[in-house]
Amino acid sequence: MVAEKTAKKLFSVTLRVWRQAGPAQAGRFVDYPAANVNPDMSFLELLDVVNDGLTVKGEEPIAFAHDCREGICGTCSCTINGKPHGPGHGIATCQLYLRSFREGDVIVVEPFRARAFPLVKDLVVDRSAFDKIQQAGGFISVRAGTAPDANSAPVPKRDADLAMDAATCIGCGACVAACKNSSAMLFVAAKVSHLGLLPQGQPERDSRVLAMVQTMDEAGFGSCTNQYECSAVCPKLISHDFIARMNRDYVKALFKSRFQPVSLGGGGGAG
Amino acid sequence: MHLLGALFNSSIGKKLLMAVSGLVLFGFVTGHLVGNLQVFLPPDAINLYAHRLESLGIVLWLIRAFLLVCLIVHVWLAIKLTLENRAARPEAYAVQHVNRATLASRVMARTGFVVLAFIVFHLAHYTVRIGHPEWAEHTFRLSDGTMVRDVHTMIVQGFSHLGVSIFYILAVGILAYHLSHGIVSLVQTLGLKNERWTRGLERFAVAYCWLYFLLNASMPLAVLGGFVKQHA
Repeated sequence: MVAEKTAKKLFSVTLRVWRQAGPAQAGRFVDYPAANVNPDMSFLELLDVVNDGLTVKGEEPIAFAHDCREGICGTCSCTINGKPHGPGHGIATCQLYLRSFREGDVIVVEPFRARAFPLVKDLVVDRSAFDKIQQAGGFISVRAGTAPDANSAPVPKRDADLAMDAATCIGCGACVAACKNSSAMLFVAAKVSHLGLLPQGQPERDSRVLAMVQTMDEAGFGSCTNQYECSAVCPKLISHDFIARMNRDYVKALFKSRFQPVSLGGGGGAG
Repeated sequence: MHLLGALFNSSIGKKLLMAVSGLVLFGFVTGHLVGNLQVFLPPDAINLYAHRLESLGIVLWLIRAFLLVCLIVHVWLAIKLTLENRAARPEAYAVQHVNRATLASRVMARTGFVVLAFIVFHLAHYTVRIGHPEWAEHTFRLSDGTMVRDVHTMIVQGFSHLGVSIFYILAVGILAYHLSHGIVSLVQTLGLKNERWTRGLERFAVAYCWLYFLLNASMPLAVLGGFVKQHA
């Protein structure tokens, strides 16, 4: 019975994959027919199978980014039929299964495209711009030493839940890939809010949002036009409401930082 | 970085200036419509209204200057942001896929340029009165005996031209479409929106834009249809 239930009708699709040997080379689409595809295969497994075939034939396998294959690392990054992470809602490419496609489908696979995400090879892009943004402010300062007592910093449940929503961001870059402006606002908003909503994140709250937005701008991302393509493709379903929150936080921090009292005594009251 | 520098150069600063200037212009077009609807009252009403506005003198010019600054900031940043945003994706996707971005939101730059062209035409038509120097000469006697400029006649004569009226109706339609994204978008940019009342805000924007379009279109239509006639 179990075998009967799991026996699936195999089918065939064609993968139309962007092949580009390196950033300086010209890229083009190459068609790879894939026969006897199991609907329960993940999309990345299909790429593995196609790559096995290419390797046997002595051809260069398709380069694609992947790691955990369970939707938590944010490494996989294909744009499938024009949508980052492909058809589906709230999933990463690794959680996409072939049952989402039909016999005879031509599946167009492209890299995430953005100036701030330069192409490395085929479907692999360099998303280290996100790392730079994180390094600019995605941290808190804590007292080193013995572990503090549990719950020594009270966090209201609502704030904890909201911060957790933001913290689920895996930094995959789908928001940038989906935005027609290649804007990184949803990513930055998630990172800013995740720490800014918690008491531990308050000391750097203003400097964080200012520094992270500045680093984002310098990295060459576009600006937000409030069309919410980002949250529509986010594998963690992070709300664009966080962008509104970041806008608010940024403006507040900007005005506060510019109208801070200026020390007459040389700073710190040390005269 | 200075405050103004941060506002004009950072991505969120530019968004904020777009939103605030857009809000001012939104307020202006709303007030402008309400004032113009007086064309449906006896000619005294709109002529007195126009006379009072023109009597503001320096204040009127300050308001005009402020609106012009808002318009320049709005248009300048729109061009700058559009170019920057295009540059942020040098290589387009082969498959273009739209998840949920509304058509109005995707054609903001194009509708914006039509609105800008309309503003230039509209100012040339009724404010500078290019081609119609006689409109400045028409006078009207208010009930208290004051002689004022006859704006009512100017509007009726201006909209009696079919081509001009059609252009006005199309242009306010496009402006309403521009506002349908703009109203919701500026609230998001100002950080005053969340999922809980997004639906309500969107409904308000749609209702407002239809009302704005229909009321604006009603004026040239009323003139063409003979409902608003040149007074004796």
